[in-house]
Amino acid sequence: MSTAAFKSYRPPVIEPSNEGELLEVAMGPHHPSTHGVFRMDVALDGEIVIKLKPVFGYLHRNHEKIAEKASYLASMPYTDRLDYFCSMTNNWAYAIAVEKLAGIEVPERAQYIRVITAELTRIQNHASAIGFLLQEMGASGTPLMYAFREREKILDIFEELSGSRMMCNYMRFGGCRVELPKDWLEKVAAIVDGLPRFIDEIEALLTGNEILMARTQGVGVLKPDLAVNAGITGPMLRATGVNYDIRKVDRYGIYDRFEFRVPLGDHGDIYDRYMVRVLEMRESVGILRQALKDVPAGPIVDPKQKVRGFRPKPGEAYGRIEGPKGELGFYLISDGSGNPYRYRVRPPSLINLTVLEDMCIGQNVADVVLTFGSVDIVLGEVDR
Amino acid sequence: MNFQALTLPEKLDQLFVFVQHWIMGFFPAHWQPLVGALVGVVGIVASFPAIFALTTVLERKGLGRMQNRLGPNRVGPLGIFQPVADGIKSLTKEDIVPVSADGVVHFLAPVVLVVAIFLGYASLPIGRNMVLVNIDAGLLFFFAVGASTELSIFMAGWSSRNKYSLLGAMRAVAQMISYEVPLLMSAIVAVMMTGSLSTVKIVEAQSGFTGIFPHWYVFTPWGFAGFVLFVIAALAETNRTPFDLPEGESELVAGYFTEYSGFKFALFFLGEYLGMMSIAGFGITLFLGGWGAPFSFLNFIPSWAWFFLKLLAALCFFIWLRGTLPRLRQDQLMNFAWKFMLPMTLLNLMVAAAWRFLGDSATGAWLRWVLCAGVLLLAYVGLGRVLMRKQRLGARSYRYAE
Amino acid sequence: MLGEGIVKGLAETAKNFAGSFVSKERLTTVQYPEERVEPIENTRDFPFLVYDGSDPMAGLRCVACQICEKECPPKCIYITKSTDKKPDYVGKPQIYPARFDIDISVCMSCQICVEVCPFEAIKMDTEFELSTTDRFEGLILDREQLAKSNEYYNKIHPTEAAEVDARLAEEKAKVEAKAKAAAAAAAAKAAAPASGETTAKPAPQKDPAKEPGA
Repeated sequence: MSTAAFKSYRPPVIEPSNEGELLEVAMGPHHPSTHGVFRMDVALDGEIVIKLKPVFGYLHRNHEKIAEKASYLASMPYTDRLDYFCSMTNNWAYAIAVEKLAGIEVPERAQYIRVITAELTRIQNHASAIGFLLQEMGASGTPLMYAFREREKILDIFEELSGSRMMCNYMRFGGCRVELPKDWLEKVAAIVDGLPRFIDEIEALLTGNEILMARTQGVGVLKPDLAVNAGITGPMLRATGVNYDIRKVDRYGIYDRFEFRVPLGDHGDIYDRYMVRVLEMRESVGILRQALKDVPAGPIVDPKQKVRGFRPKPGEAYGRIEGPKGELGFYLISDGSGNPYRYRVRPPSLINLTVLEDMCIGQNVADVVLTFGSVDIVLGEVDR
Repeated sequence: MNFQALTLPEKLDQLFVFVQHWIMGFFPAHWQPLVGALVGVVGIVASFPAIFALTTVLERKGLGRMQNRLGPNRVGPLGIFQPVADGIKSLTKEDIVPVSADGVVHFLAPVVLVVAIFLGYASLPIGRNMVLVNIDAGLLFFFAVGASTELSIFMAGWSSRNKYSLLGAMRAVAQMISYEVPLLMSAIVAVMMTGSLSTVKIVEAQSGFTGIFPHWYVFTPWGFAGFVLFVIAALAETNRTPFDLPEGESELVAGYFTEYSGFKFALFFLGEYLGMMSIAGFGITLFLGGWGAPFSFLNFIPSWAWFFLKLLAALCFFIWLRGTLPRLRQDQLMNFAWKFMLPMTLLNLMVAAAWRFLGDSATGAWLRWVLCAGVLLLAYVGLGRVLMRKQRLGARSYRYAE
Repeated sequence: MLGEGIVKGLAETAKNFAGSFVSKERLTTVQYPEERVEPIENTRDFPFLVYDGSDPMAGLRCVACQICEKECPPKCIYITKSTDKKPDYVGKPQIYPARFDIDISVCMSCQICVEVCPFEAIKMDTEFELSTTDRFEGLILDREQLAKSNEYYNKIHPTEAAEVDARLAEEKAKVEAKAKAAAAAAAAKAAAPASGETTAKPAPQKDPAKEPGA
């Protein structure tokens, strides 16, 4: 599909059968599986979805405008609250944008710590995404609880480092906020050693399960050309078979120093999304092992960097990272004052959600919920 | 029978029967059948809800343990009084009826459900000589009464005037009617072998022992296959995981009882568990030797204790499944019923017939074992593979980009 | 074979079920009011004001400079400056907060007030059982409720507090030495005719980027 074709692109249309009338159901905003407050206005022919209209904005918090009125630093804790599952990667993306804007160098040690925290974040996000997906499938929470058991360990490590489990607010322009506590790296190494066992457990419980296969294979299929044209990123794009990982493309931070592979799916269905996440967790464990081996000594933050009165020169910058959910980018324009002139977030959750209608039309109503879950969104980031 | 003449195990075994007879003794002869029946009804109406209460706490604790947590442990020691707290809560909760709901039907639906399910217990043999009514067509009666629960579910879904309720009720009716067929067909093998529809006779036919091992139907190829198929169909009949789509909370909020609250909700809950127990009880009767002991040297334990132990084990299995499996989709569920369950039950019927006619002469015994087991296994593997391939399901391999 | 994956999954849950009776790893919950997890040293939730000495109001380190009020992202700090002055920890007369309120229903525990404070006056607490029956007044903490002693600070964040104390002691020593020198100079000047006024040095302004590298 060319770009021109995409402009005139419309989601597939299905003709309802002529008997009876369509049942219009508003799934959400108070529906058990809408991950917060999100609404899908669904028109059903029996149980087949004929129309689907996603309604966003119930959780809109004016994030971008607040950030334009606040100092650069004051937006950092707000980025935690975008995608509250991965505050470390949100911090990092914002820090990268500001560092680009102001031309700040990040010390070696801080780079390593950023990679470690980001990969831990990726693992816990993927684990809980799989857990929630299975919750949607009605597995009464068992995979979710296993995922949360591991996530809890990672969150404890984050708390030890930053003081808070989820709202870490840890990264700063030019480094990280505080020095590592005593024995922190050893604790991380111990957790990383336990992770392959957990991934094996999740795989034993789910990967071969016939019911899971029946529910996910060939369901919610996303075609690679549509995915590329719609700007889908992250595991969802890689499940369609497109090789695009910003860790490999941009090699931001120090990702060029680590060896890892990018798992790709071939079908673009929910099962591929699930498997790509599982395999990515395994790769992340590999990155963590490499990173933990050689964390250098040195300053954790650029000592010249001021906390207060930070005024970058006029200019613009776009900083992006491969977040657990996809490309997370921050676009900043500075007019030389203490707060950004323009502040814009490129939220992977929202953009990945735009193809929901395409994936759902013609499917069963039960698959809508499942497809929605497999996108892996956080409404805090969708609505901002 | 004289109570005094019996040995202690026999006394324990027949304890409830004699209690019933003792109470009947206070009434004139022409009143006695009615009183006896009433006593039996009271016994069942008291004991099974008690097991229901136990099951709820067992389920929550079992699920908790499977999920690396403790489950309810605040009310009473180890949380065993949790059902009491739940009961008080649901009794004192406000009973909300939607304005546009059909009030009468909305009210009747849970009542019809519980009544229909309690009726099914009438022909369930709980122990030796312990069956409420020993009718010749006991099994047929159970299936007939069990089918009427669909009515109450549709009443609930329709009268609520809620789209989720309606979808849930439609799913429930479609599912339960479809699975009624394999449920019956898988039960028929036991009837064929026994030559009777009477539940008491079916249990008695399984009460013998070879050495220490019992003659349960489940230990034969057709019995095992029948049992597995019966369990699957029973799960679908009772809307348990992985067939809990009618109330699939992630899609339909709570399915047909979305608009119920307070004690009516509790009645639905009760009805669901009672249905599960009655169908498990019939599964035990048909394939697991009813109230019979699993080994001949364990015969001294009362028959009703065996029945309830087996029932508890069956419930634990249901809970185990619930803790592990995700849920199927509506069309897959139907496919499974008509494309897998039905052919397998039909084949199982033929295998059972072959088993019967091959006879159990000394030379033919192992031959018919191998033959029947082989046919069933082959059909199972083949059918499974064909179905998976037709749906293009299966394990996948993944490629990596460097 | 159909059902293989299901059986594998069942084995996995059975393993976890059995494991929950023997292994702490498979029964990770903590029964909260009776049991508590080990407090983590770096934990932060809401800010408090540090005071030295025994009198909370007299020993407050805060000089009502209002930097935190300005930098606070959700603007949950409300400060009113005093009109009079009281001596701070080095003995220099300073303005103090006549009113210092934090609305913890708004506070998002970001710790930026701690980072920007040049006087080590505001720190993060670890107390989390703050439920109250009044969600409006009950969640606005005034300076009496916010004031906590330096000993308490040392107890909850030992490593961080030790660093802060060492730094403050050093500064105090420096200031005292300077004051002594100034006093000596003043005495010398007083001995001489037409002496000028002695003025204390301005209060020490530290680099706000506090955390020492490495």
